[in-house]
Amino acid sequence: MDAPAKDAPLVELRNISVSFGGIKAVDDVTVDLYPGEVVGLLGHNGAGKSTLIKVLSGAYRRDAGQIFINGKEVHINNPRDAKNLGIETIYQALALADNVDAAANLYLGRELKTSWGLLDDAAMEAEARRVMGRLNPNFKRFKEPAKSLSGGQRQSVAIARAILFNAKILIMDEPTAALGPQETQMVAELIHELKRQGLGIFLIDHDIHSVMKLCDRASVMKNGQLVGTVNVGEVSDDDILGMIILGKKPAKAA
Amino acid sequence: MATEGETKPEPARREGLFRTFLNATELDIRILGMVGALLVIWCGFDIYSGIGREGEGTGLLGGFFLTPRNLWTLLVQTTPIAVMTTGMVLVIVMRQIDLSVGSMLSMLAVTGAVVQVFILGPSLGVGHPVIWVAGVVTCLVAGTLVGIFNGVLTAYLQIPAFIVTLGGLIAYSGIAFLLASGVTIAPMDKTFDVFGGGIPESWIGPFWSWMLGAAACALIIYALYNGRQKRRKFKFPLRPMWAEVTLGAIGAVAVLGTTWVVNSYPWPFNLIKQYAEANNVTIPDGVENTDGNAICMSAGDVVRCTDGLIYYTGYAVPVLIALVVGAAMTFLSSRTKFGRYIFAIGGNPEAAELAGINTKWVTVKVFALMGFLVGLSSIIASARLDAATNALGQSNELYVIAAAVIGGTSLAGGVGTVYGAILGALTMQSIQSGMQLLNLPAAFQNIVVGTVLVIAVFVDQLYRRRVK
Ligand SMILES: Nc1ncnc2c1ncn2[C@@H]1O[C@H](COP(=O)(O)OP(=O)(O)OP(=O)(O)O)[C@@H](O)[C@H]1O
Ligand SMILES: [Mg+2]
Repeated sequence: MDAPAKDAPLVELRNISVSFGGIKAVDDVTVDLYPGEVVGLLGHNGAGKSTLIKVLSGAYRRDAGQIFINGKEVHINNPRDAKNLGIETIYQALALADNVDAAANLYLGRELKTSWGLLDDAAMEAEARRVMGRLNPNFKRFKEPAKSLSGGQRQSVAIARAILFNAKILIMDEPTAALGPQETQMVAELIHELKRQGLGIFLIDHDIHSVMKLCDRASVMKNGQLVGTVNVGEVSDDDILGMIILGKKPAKAA
Repeated sequence: MATEGETKPEPARREGLFRTFLNATELDIRILGMVGALLVIWCGFDIYSGIGREGEGTGLLGGFFLTPRNLWTLLVQTTPIAVMTTGMVLVIVMRQIDLSVGSMLSMLAVTGAVVQVFILGPSLGVGHPVIWVAGVVTCLVAGTLVGIFNGVLTAYLQIPAFIVTLGGLIAYSGIAFLLASGVTIAPMDKTFDVFGGGIPESWIGPFWSWMLGAAACALIIYALYNGRQKRRKFKFPLRPMWAEVTLGAIGAVAVLGTTWVVNSYPWPFNLIKQYAEANNVTIPDGVENTDGNAICMSAGDVVRCTDGLIYYTGYAVPVLIALVVGAAMTFLSSRTKFGRYIFAIGGNPEAAELAGINTKWVTVKVFALMGFLVGLSSIIASARLDAATNALGQSNELYVIAAAVIGGTSLAGGVGTVYGAILGALTMQSIQSGMQLLNLPAAFQNIVVGTVLVIAVFVDQLYRRRVK
């Protein structure tokens, strides 16, 4: 479970700070992630979890701090930089283009093209059917604009979008918030499988039980600051709850 | 199974024949509605213009609107707005606006004219082939550069496009005035004038018109066949065969019908005469008939007659340009990555950025394309007039935007089609031409066009609300 210390982490976010106007949304936070590992990010609403991972995904600029991938410092200034480094993100707000269809959304930014350099919509739709079949077999509405999809269907599209491209680092910001029990179970299985494939996953989730089940380590934030990072196997639900609510790190944690 | 079900018209029997037809052919009902409205407008003008003048009109319904002559002119007059509106659709789809196109057109036309008339004309000698090439290149390149300028200010300096191009609307017309020193610059190079459609050299004649029509029909059939093959390859539901045949037939009838109309418009009497005299074509003897469009020799005079020497115009070059632009822009917006990005940005700019699209660069490219198309229109407009003035494109921005909006483009962004906008331009021009035909004053035309704009958007929204 513990990654060998000699290897550099897949991702290290070091001393990251982000402020909006006067608010320090993220205040000097350091977290890391190893290949084949799932790290849960926990914290109350507005704790700064989404802001922190958006720095990694290129959606926000950091005010201070460094990002290391495989031990090398990288500069992520926009989402394209992050994608080029193999970082895929499922955003909490489910960033879909509402007026184009599910298949087009899946491939947005990395369209399949024919030998003539034109959009290969048929191939994209066929591939979309294949990927979505794995994730949400009930999904049939490939040709409709994303705005006519339900919340859960949108979420399925956003997840499929992120796993479609062979990412090395996956960021999931509350990926199952809108999903039904069956679909949630499929996402859990998916996380296990991606982990086996050696991906590193940041998982933001308010459900402590699913964090305990899916994650190897958990980092807890409060008011923009890192309370601490614990090995999930060594702490109880109540320990984590205490960290979230009281901002207190349990004595025995790593 | 995921591969079947959703595109099939399920409750076909209950929904009636029209629904079945729409579902099977996948035609856009809003476009059908627009075509219907256009036909009603055309027929209305034809009937109305014939009232009180029974027997005089040669139009389809006894009036003066549905005549080859009027329809041909209508097509040529629509081209500058039609060309620009194909770009405006993309600008608006991307949630931007370009208010500067009218002034830009004047500025570009004047620039092109200055290059031809004041700079190259005197030094190279009138008619030198470099002149028209330089005129064309100047307009296109300058247009693209101005578009890039608008786009950079909008995308990278984050000044709202409304403000950037409102500034352009005012400033570019000032530049046009300065360049032209307030006077009309004329005449343009004779080869350059081919782009305007006002001279015989710019009419391709019946033979080539039929050839082009046939080629277009072949292309339609190929596209349908290709689409079907593709659906089959990926095991998507196929359209029923009768729907494919119907689509092909509609396309072919539209193409061949238009070709027939332009091939039925004879050259004006004077031009036939000039051409015959200049090229030593023998003019046959005949009986004078002032209703005829041909020319004959009668008692040593050249007169109008029915069975004599006659030439037909066929497609005019500017109309061909507009058709090619329309096809290219439709293709660009629906088949390329660039087009897909424009729609995605319009639908949700943030999501597009997060998906890794370089939204700023796409914005610059769209404004550059808009500028290029304004350059093209400035060529057509100044060639048609055989002159350039600083007022050439006045108010064009309003018509261009109105055409796009009448054609179903949503100002909220994300929604719009190139062919819809072209139909919008044609509708607006039809209303204006029709009212000119009825000798209604220009002020009245403005009132009607403005009203139509508002009604068109209202009806469109009613429709959209009902569909939801
Ligand atoms: N774009 C923004 N502009 C201004 N303030 C912001 C912005 N994004 C986030 N914030 C602020 O930063 C703080 C952290 O927000 P963040 O979205 O990271 O919280 P979170 O931990 O993801 O919460 P939740 O669990 O509700 O998703 C909040 O106080 C929020 O109001
Ligand atoms: Mg959040």
